[in-house]
Amino acid sequence: MGEEEGLHQTQLLDTMFVRGLKRKCFDGEEDIEGTLAGFKAIPSYNLQRQSLLDMSLVKLQLCHMLVEPNLCRSVLIANTVRQIQEEMTQDGTWQMINTQSAGQTSLDRLVSTDILCRSSKEQAEGKLVPVYSTFTKDCEGTQSQDNSEIMSTVTSPQAPRNLQSNMWEMENPQENRGNFQKSLDQIFETLENKSPNTVEDLFSEVDNSYYDLDTVLTGMMSNTKMGHCDVLETFPSQTTTNSNSNCKSDLNELDHIVEILVES
Amino acid sequence: MIPGFGNLMQDVLWCFSQVKGTIDIGVTEADIISTVEFNHTGELLATGDKGGRVVIFQREQESKNQPHRRGEYNVYSTFQSHEPEFDYLKSLEIEEKINKIRWLPQQNAAYFLLSTNDKTVKLWKVSERDKRPEGYNLKDEDGRFRDPSMITMLRVPVLRPMDLMVEATPRRVFANAHTYHINSISVNSDYETYMSADDLRINLWNFEITNQSFNIVDIKPANMEELTEVITAAEFHPHHCNTFVYSSSKGTIRLCDMRASALCDRHSKFFEEPEDPSNRSFFSEIISSISDVKFSHSGRYIMTRDYLTVKVWDLNMENRPIETYQVHDYLRSKLCSLYENDCIFDKFECVWNGSDSVIMTGSYNNFFRMFDRNTKRDVTLEASRENSKPRAILKPRKVCVGGKRKKDEISVDSLDFSKKILHTAWHPSENIIAVAATNNLYIFQDKVN
Repeated sequence: MGEEEGLHQTQLLDTMFVRGLKRKCFDGEEDIEGTLAGFKAIPSYNLQRQSLLDMSLVKLQLCHMLVEPNLCRSVLIANTVRQIQEEMTQDGTWQMINTQSAGQTSLDRLVSTDILCRSSKEQAEGKLVPVYSTFTKDCEGTQSQDNSEIMSTVTSPQAPRNLQSNMWEMENPQENRGNFQKSLDQIFETLENKSPNTVEDLFSEVDNSYYDLDTVLTGMMSNTKMGHCDVLETFPSQTTTNSNSNCKSDLNELDHIVEILVES
Repeated sequence: MIPGFGNLMQDVLWCFSQVKGTIDIGVTEADIISTVEFNHTGELLATGDKGGRVVIFQREQESKNQPHRRGEYNVYSTFQSHEPEFDYLKSLEIEEKINKIRWLPQQNAAYFLLSTNDKTVKLWKVSERDKRPEGYNLKDEDGRFRDPSMITMLRVPVLRPMDLMVEATPRRVFANAHTYHINSISVNSDYETYMSADDLRINLWNFEITNQSFNIVDIKPANMEELTEVITAAEFHPHHCNTFVYSSSKGTIRLCDMRASALCDRHSKFFEEPEDPSNRSFFSEIISSISDVKFSHSGRYIMTRDYLTVKVWDLNMENRPIETYQVHDYLRSKLCSLYENDCIFDKFECVWNGSDSVIMTGSYNNFFRMFDRNTKRDVTLEASRENSKPRAILKPRKVCVGGKRKKDEISVDSLDFSKKILHTAWHPSENIIAVAATNNLYIFQDKVN
């Protein structure tokens, strides 16, 4: 099926949508100032949520490598990713990622438990999900790696993202609200460059850095009304690979933020 | 009286009785105990391990000249229940690990038990032999046929005593019925059937029939992309052979009546507690996933274990549990680390005592917890080789949550998450408990006065 076509459509849709609403946002000057003010006091919430998402995606990838993963665990992880996705969709972060790298694979395919739960019978029936082969190919080189470093790299949202798009199949462009190819590419890049070790080791140790995560992520859903701040906060790390500067200093970026705000 | 231990179960003091398994520091994976189960009289105690072995302990008769020394459990029989297999169709190794053992009620001199790994359930007969027949007419003592020309007279065979031998023989093998991993088996109170549950389906078997089973629950969606929930445990009602429950990864319990329809895809009762919004987090669903479900002996209550709590539900009230006990609430602030190192997916089990008044479940750091339902007192005990002297009273342990750590307290950060107590068992009528700690089995008893 026409990947290119699907890709095109999504991009087109996004631009149209954003343009059509752009002006309305500038009417609300206060809003923008408010968000800017909020941006100065960045809560680390979004970064940590991103880390959790990255961690979950790595776990899912490892599940995919197994013929028969622990189904309960896989389903729970997939649901966690869905939940993060939902929240990011609500606060606009998801669309932003989508805008940045429109047209890459949807996370939906990854979260899909279909891949996790294939039985031999279903494979024989030809219900094998096409993406799976891609996954395996991508993962083949990752069977062995150094573990301590991976976790820190993988979970650090500040690490440079590989924006090069690697086309996975898209079935429903409309449903593809966003994707994590970026982060996945990065994950794989990291995994592949490491010295031999076992996959199991990857999660065998508790990374102390996550103790900070705990405090933020646990019980945070009750106060998630961070509003536009969220969008601003993740924006720099998500968009720019070369600049770590604050986004308020960059007018173009600010312009873009506005687009996103409007879209959400 | 030890402070903090209080009136748990009318002043029951637990003391060390026995420990089974090696003291070696390096633990072989195959030796890790994966299930523990008393039989219906409590005379036998079975363990299964990751190496596919079943070890049965038998309680020795109490001797009259040593009244303080109560019946200890000694190895009665050991056998290899499951072997590692290879599924050539799937290119998949099927582990030999014993997931569950369930005893059948004893009906004659022999004992019967069901053991299961991920895919195959087996019915084992464990029987004793202390006599052997001698003096056959056509065979000699070694079993070889005698030359008919040598047979000149007819004799009557006799039974001669011999050394006691315990034999375990596989009587039935129930295979090829599960696509996913079997998490539970449960013997029905009709004693003729049992069920086996995997992640998405529950099958009903007759003990006599191995080549077919009835599928009584199937939650596999037509489109697996829509799968968001799995079956985590299932059990028959102890008295009503038509009733069973199963729990799910979303923290709910369904009670089904097999009289309603052959396929129980519609539950008769649905137990679910509304989510507490103040405790919501990304981990809410994971920690509410139920790892074990057990009917009380009376059949009136069900107990469920999730990651942080044990809940007791009244069969007559579906909208919330009647009791909730915190097992290790101090981990609530550590959920992200526990997610990262996968501990959050550990499947802790839970058990009732004989009178349904106390419940027990495991935790980390070789700690296990007991909750007295009447007095609402709870205690944390430790299965450890230190102070494992005979009849040494177990000291209650305390985990320090923030602030200053008092003497004898252990801080949350120094808990050993590799030492987890997932499987425990309670003697059906006495205060004797069996606690599986990695490759060791601890047996504790209440203190005799």
